[in-house]
Parts: sequence; C-alpha cells; structure tokens
Amino acid sequence: MLIRSLTSAGIILGLILVFLLGVWAQSSGAIDDFLWYLPDVQYLAAQHLWLTFLSGGLAILVAIPLGIWLSRPSMSRAAESLMQVLNVGTTIPTLAVLALSMSFLGIGTVPAVFGLFVATLLPITRNTYAGLKGVSPALKEAAAGIGMSPVQRLFKVELPNALYVIFAGIRTALTINVGTVPLAFLIGAGGLGELIFTGIDLYDPIMMLSGAIPTAMLAIVVDALIAGIAFVIVPRGVNPARA
Amino acid sequence: MIRLENLTKVFDTPKGAVVAADHINMEVPTGEICILLGPSGCGKTTTLKMINRIVKPSSGRVFINGDDTTDMNTQDLRRNIGYVIQQIGLFPNMTIEENIAVVPKLLGWDKSRYKERARELMHMIALEPDAFLKRFPSELSGGQQQRIGVARALAADPPVMLMDEPFGAIDPINRAVIQDEFLKMQQELNKTIMFVSHDIDEAIKMGDRVAVFREGKLVQYSTPDDLLAAPKNAFVESFLGEDRALKRLNLVKVSEVVSDEIGTVKPEDTLSTALERIDDFGYQNSILMINDKRQPVGLISRSLARTTKGYCRDHFQNVPATVSLDDDLRKVASLMFAQDITWLPCVDEEGRVCGQITQRAMTHHLGARFRTKQRETVTAEPKE
Repeated sequence: MLIRSLTSAGIILGLILVFLLGVWAQSSGAIDDFLWYLPDVQYLAAQHLWLTFLSGGLAILVAIPLGIWLSRPSMSRAAESLMQVLNVGTTIPTLAVLALSMSFLGIGTVPAVFGLFVATLLPITRNTYAGLKGVSPALKEAAAGIGMSPVQRLFKVELPNALYVIFAGIRTALTINVGTVPLAFLIGAGGLGELIFTGIDLYDPIMMLSGAIPTAMLAIVVDALIAGIAFVIVPRGVNPARA
Repeated sequence: MIRLENLTKVFDTPKGAVVAADHINMEVPTGEICILLGPSGCGKTTTLKMINRIVKPSSGRVFINGDDTTDMNTQDLRRNIGYVIQQIGLFPNMTIEENIAVVPKLLGWDKSRYKERARELMHMIALEPDAFLKRFPSELSGGQQQRIGVARALAADPPVMLMDEPFGAIDPINRAVIQDEFLKMQQELNKTIMFVSHDIDEAIKMGDRVAVFREGKLVQYSTPDDLLAAPKNAFVESFLGEDRALKRLNLVKVSEVVSDEIGTVKPEDTLSTALERIDDFGYQNSILMINDKRQPVGLISRSLARTTKGYCRDHFQNVPATVSLDDDLRKVASLMFAQDITWLPCVDEEGRVCGQITQRAMTHHLGARFRTKQRETVTAEPKE
C-alpha cells in the first residue's frame, strides 16, 4: 500500500518536473535551437542506423555459426581456449580497435563497420556458445535416443532451447553497438557522433545534445525492438517472458 | 525379442581401462519385461545404452527380433526402439502433441495420422487430449510429464522399448500409480522391454525376468520368484535383502494358496451347532457365519459358543477383513498382523465366500519353494 502510493506520488512528481522542463525549454528558446538541427539529426541517424545494421548484421551472421561450431562435442577441448582469445579481444577498447582498423583499412565506412563488427561479435558468440552448452544433457540424450540426426538435434532441440539466451546476447551486443557508433565519426564514417563531437569541440551543448539524445533513444528503441522479436520468435515453452 | 551376445564395453580412463560391461549374454523373449538390476556403477545402464548405441559397444552383438543390429544405420535403429529416460527429457520448446509426434514425423507420417496417434496415446495414458495436447511440458507435473515420456516412446509403435530408471524421479505414491498403469498397458501392447532399476521392489513388481549385475558382469538372470527363492551367491543375497522371503509375498496371489475347505454356520444355527463345527474343523478361535448368498456376515467365537445358549444371529462379532483371490499375500499378511488373526476368509468377485487363507498355508507355500531349491542345489553340486 505504502509502496503503491509512493510510486504514484513519484509519477506525479516526475510529470510536474517534465512539464516545468518543457516550460523552461520553450521560454529559453532551446526547443527552437534543437529543431534547427532536425534535418542533420535525421540524416545522421539514418547513417548511424546503417552502420549499426551493417556491423551488427555481419556480427550476427558470423557469431551464431561460430558459437554453434564451438559448442559441438568435437570442439569441446579447443572451445574454451578459443573463447579466451575472444575474451581478450573484447578487453581492447573499441576506440583502439577503430584506430587499429583505420591504420589498415583507411578512413570511412569500411574500417568503422569492421571495428564495430569486432566489438559486437563477442557477446553474441559467447551467448550462443553458453546457450547451447547449457541445454540439458538429458534433452540431448533423449533427442539422440529417439533417432534424430545431429543436424535435426541442433535445429529442433538445441537451438530452440538456447534461443532465449542467444537473443539476450544479440540484445546486449546491438545496444552497445548503437552506443559505440558515435566513435565511428572519429574515423570519418559519420553518424550522430558528428553532432556530439563537434558540439563538444565548439562548446555548444545544444549541438552535442542533438546528437546524444537521439543516440540514447535509438539504443532504447533497438533494445525494445529485439526484445519484441525475441518475444515472438522464442518458442512459448522456453520463453520466460511468456511463461 | 532382444538378444545380447558377448556385449562388452571398455572405457578408457586416465586411470586405465575400465570394463563397464563384460561379455553380457542374455535374451529377453518377445512381450516380456526384463529388469536390469544392480547397485550404481554395475554396468546395467551401460548395457541398456549399448542396445540403442547411446554407448558404442566395444565388442559383441545385439539382435532385435533375430536381426543383427551391428550394421544398421544408427538413426533407423533408434527410431524403432522406444526410449524413456529418468530425467524424462521432454522437449520444453514443443507442445505435448509435438513431443509425442517427434518420432512419427521423423518417420515421415502424414499430419492427420500422427495427430490421431497422439490422441490415441493420450487416452492410453489416461490424460485428457483436449486439455493437454496444446500445453507445454513445463506446465505439467512430474508424473504427467513421465506419462508423456512413455507415450512419446510408444508413438511409432516400436516392438522394443528401453527404459532407464523411468520412474526413479517420481514421488512414491505417483510412482506406484504409474507402475500399475504401465503394467496394464503392457498387457495389451506386448512390447519387449528392457528396464533399468536399482530398486528391488520395483524389479519384483514390474519384471517378468530380472538380471542382476555386479561390476560389469551379469550375475544372475531369472524370474523374480526364482531370484528371491534361490539367489545365486552372497552378493545377490545381500542385494535382495534379508527380508527376501517377505518380498516374495508380493509375487504370490491368494488364489495360489487358498483352501476351498471352510467351515461355516448360518444365522439360524444354534451356538451349540457352531461349537460342534468349530471342533470338527479344528478351529481354535472362531467360525465364519454366512448369509443365504454365501456372503460373510460375522464371526462366532469359540468361547462364546461354549458358554452361551441361543442362535448364531444374536451372538456374532464383525468380520475383521476379507481378501479377494487377486490380492497378493503381502496384503493378506498385513491384514493378519493388523487384526492379530491367523486366517482370513476369501471372497470372489460377487463377495461370496469361496475359501480361506491361513498363516500356516502361507508359510508352507513360501517355504516349499525354498526347500525344493535347496534340495536342487544340493543334488546339483556333486555333478559339477
């Protein structure tokens, strides 16, 4: 009871704050200043999403088969050490990866996509691997004992049961990806980083926020979108969200 | 029919080779349940899993219905063997219907046929098809899940079934229910079944034959009755437990021990007639009173008949218990101990008295089996 009344009080307080913020923004002319950047935001957001789409899509296409391959029984000895190599790979800051890829691939979209791809690869591979390894041995034995071929076992039993974990990996990876794309501006690939970094350099908070706020919103939208896809695609019996 | 010929499994471990199953030779006739029994690590599960090649045999052969399975395609072999495991292993991503239809789909049945089959199986395992087919395994209780596990194994009507401690993870009350249901199903289905268990009581209840394993070797392979009456060595004897004679009570039905000679009185008889009958039949304590339909209505006690005059209908006590011909001796013994009596009337399906069972007859019946066994082993030994 107490918690419920506190929550509703919080909501009302929040609404009042937002309203006051709006009043202030309108009276100080900040809204008009933001709207001035709207065409730039639209163009750069599209570019931003395109970078995410390319690097994230490539990462998914590579990471899932890689995770599946590592989880096969024949790979069981090598898999852990290969995962360690990938783990070391992620400890390198994305900025450094971008810098490295610029030194080899020059500037523009290609090195940016490559750098982002490397950063996105690991969470998806790791979750695919862990998800498949986490499928109960009893299920695999039942599937084998019933007469499924290894390929049937993978597609009918192992992947559907690991799908929720795999989607969690994709969700984390793409959300980080959207948040990292602004760095791609530094190697000449555009994106909302253009407004953020230029805004910082020019000491123009409105310009910087015109890049930062849409970036944050894109990250939230992408996260929700993937959660929605997972809700639909992961079979009901193994989907905690639909239990 | 399942026949194992010199089936052997050697595991290579860092500590050296371990023989998990050592030249196992045995045959399970068509339509029988064979229980593989033994302590953990005795090789019973390895032996079972070599039949469907979840464990690859090191050497030896497996014959199913006379065909050598050595050169068969592994997947084809497995699709023709029903497989039930202790952990149940229903696929959580599939509905109950999809789980049951897995093997029929693999075998390429058309949709209407496997849907029909799923409904048929649900009736067989006593679960309402409309209520359960579209649900997911996680929504069912453990007992219900294992019923579905059995249904899935039966889906393509395989002639042979392998069951690895199928009822081991189910609570005792549900386990007894499922065991009974399964036995009833088996009477109609007539599958050839290999069944791993470490529970001696389950083995005696479910098995037509019991194979006792120890350290990778098949120690004894016989009917439950023979096993209990004549354990081959000290290991089997200790594994069966010191109460093995009592366990045989489960295996013997009242109909095998009942004596149809029973003295009775009618309500209109006098107590002196009752006393005469009690002495004629040599009863110690009392005599049964029955009505016109031969149903038991009461007991006339000897002490009362001796000291009182009158009619039986005015001086009887209640019948403490009756047993039917299909009951096993365990129930009979339990009733006798509970009521502190040495005999019980037996009734047929319509509740009519058809005989009596006495403690003496029971001990004699069980003892006779042990005595003949002992004599056999004594005479057999010099020949060897």
